Amino acid sequence: MKETGPTAMGRRNMLLGAGALGSGLLLSACTSNSNGEADKANVKAASSTSGSTPGKHVTVGFSAPAADHGWIAAITKNAKAQAGQYTDVSFQAAEGTNDVNAQISAVQTLISKKVDVLVILPFDGKALTSIGAQAMDAGIPVVNLDRVFDNSLAYRTWIGGDNYGMGVNAGQYVVRTLKAKGISKPVIAEIAGIDNLDLTKQRSQGFKDALAKAGFSVSIRQAAQFTADSGQQVMSNVLQARSKLDAVWNHDDDQGIGVEAAIKQAGRSEFFMVGGAGSRHAMQEIKADSGVLKATVVYPSSMSASAITLARLIGQSKGMGDLVEQEVPSSITLFSATVTKDNVDQYLPTSFT
Amino acid sequence: MSDQTTPRPAQEAPVVPAQGRSGTGATGGPSLVKEGPDPGAARRRQLPRLFPLHQVHSLGLLVVLLLLGVVGAATSGNFLTTDNIVNILTSAAVIGVITVGQTFVIIGGGIDLSVGAIVAVASVWCTTVATQSYGLGGMVFTAVVVGSVVGLLNGVLIAYGKIVAFITTLAMMASARGVAERLSDRQSQVVTVESFNRIATDKILGVPLLVYLMAGIVVLGWLLLNRTTFGRRTFAVGGNPEAARLAGIAVRRHTMLLYVLSGVCCGIAAVMLTARTTSGASNLGNLYELDSIAAVIIGGTLLAGGRGSLFGSILGVLVFTTITNIFVLNNLTTDIQEIAKGLIILVAVLLQRTRGARPPA
Repeated sequence: MKETGPTAMGRRNMLLGAGALGSGLLLSACTSNSNGEADKANVKAASSTSGSTPGKHVTVGFSAPAADHGWIAAITKNAKAQAGQYTDVSFQAAEGTNDVNAQISAVQTLISKKVDVLVILPFDGKALTSIGAQAMDAGIPVVNLDRVFDNSLAYRTWIGGDNYGMGVNAGQYVVRTLKAKGISKPVIAEIAGIDNLDLTKQRSQGFKDALAKAGFSVSIRQAAQFTADSGQQVMSNVLQARSKLDAVWNHDDDQGIGVEAAIKQAGRSEFFMVGGAGSRHAMQEIKADSGVLKATVVYPSSMSASAITLARLIGQSKGMGDLVEQEVPSSITLFSATVTKDNVDQYLPTSFT
Repeated sequence: MSDQTTPRPAQEAPVVPAQGRSGTGATGGPSLVKEGPDPGAARRRQLPRLFPLHQVHSLGLLVVLLLLGVVGAATSGNFLTTDNIVNILTSAAVIGVITVGQTFVIIGGGIDLSVGAIVAVASVWCTTVATQSYGLGGMVFTAVVVGSVVGLLNGVLIAYGKIVAFITTLAMMASARGVAERLSDRQSQVVTVESFNRIATDKILGVPLLVYLMAGIVVLGWLLLNRTTFGRRTFAVGGNPEAARLAGIAVRRHTMLLYVLSGVCCGIAAVMLTARTTSGASNLGNLYELDSIAAVIIGGTLLAGGRGSLFGSILGVLVFTTITNIFVLNNLTTDIQEIAKGLIILVAVLLQRTRGARPPA
């Protein structure tokens, strides 16, 4: 008796559960998102890149952090799409991971597969330096993408964004706008990204330096986690800490969704905000010009496509067509453009979603 | 504050149900104030329960919260404003709702490590383009259904599959977030349904709807835990499942229901968080499992189950939220916040150990 009671109940619950599961599946059937093909603006047709005539076949190995964030997801997509443009490139991607140890193993696997060139975006440049060096020692040229290795012997070419410059450009925009408004003693807030990443420190330093030139300084700086919920949480507290703000720089547009939500929920609008990275949502907001977001400083996600192009050229021992040099340069720093209402149409196609 | 979840009535109730029912009849709960034939005896029994140990613990936590209030007020002029207090409560709302479910699960002798991931998958599922086309109702329905189905899966695996809760929910934590990443293609899905976003912006008498939602769910949870058979069974199952089974409780079914309850809380929390951030993303709710478990533990609930207080858990959530608030108001860096939080958890657990060492009263 004791046995049958609960079992019968259990069965009924199971049925209920199955019903709920069924309705869930029905829902899932109609949840297809437009599945992430990279946008045409972030790749370059093979025919228009330098050394476009098909050459020696090159196998490019690719390793990046887990695509749990819009920008990183765009990086992986753009790399794959660019490799697809070439008939003489085959693309081997390792599974993305945010664990340094797992990324070392992933790259080691690519080395033992004897790929011709490696493109590596390390989760943490310092922590993965040894694996870059290991690949170079094994005779595989490494294109170090964005987060730089500690030692230049660990890569053949580095290509990446300018985090310091991104901070500088955000700072300069803030200074320009404040001066145009005639504000002499502004209250400036900074919502940083994950605080223990080098890139966050560099962005903050650039922002600080640009403000200092005009005699301004950051009044309150708090770090979020590149996620919308952390951005919302931090910004709602920052708005309490300063009852009046003049300008805000938020390092990352993905966490910016939460930052903007906090601003709306608090009903504040006395300041303007500058974003970072350049997401589609942010650029659409800038274009609509309806909220506090007036500009964003781009951190181009197309850099991975460029990295694939470089990897191919290195694999085929070619230089960059428009330069006189015989070889691909050893370091390429990308420019962090400031996108405002005036030029947003130009950058909107390159934004990441 | 009349939090009478001492282990005794909880353990007693199922074992000797006849006594309670014949004595009071109407209320049917393990009421403190029994108007029995011998009022003197009742008072004698009552006295030591006036401040049972875990209530002292909750009082201690209240003192901590007050101290934090003093520190906040002393270091920042903005702390004691209505706006800021409301802000603290709103910030506590999402974790608060998750913690209600977590408290039930832990008192029932389990643990739910998948709460953050459930929030992520529910938030993503309710913000897909297709779901958003159903509007407010469809989105809320989807989030709650997704939350409860994942909770049900947890519950079935743990209760009927006999897999340890830690392992099951750990596995769920990984795979639910994976599902969320797949569904969203790792993109932030911005909510375009204005009525949905208004869940986070609407205010009644100056207090956001989110705070009322949390308060309502906490009150419901408190009633369920302390005033119903379901609640007494939860204590019994967590305290000693074998004794509970012998007392006629369907332990497996009850365990399963606890995880469904946690899943439902996560679904509701997902609605609140999605409205707050105006977006659904697979990285939402990161590490919420740790935040909620920490709140439950500093709230005085035994990690081993069988004893605990929902009131304490909510105080725990408020303590953490207030600390974060004070640190941001004073523009202190994240690392110091983390250290402070860690120390508080440690102290709370040490306190709990001295408590747990005593023989159950």
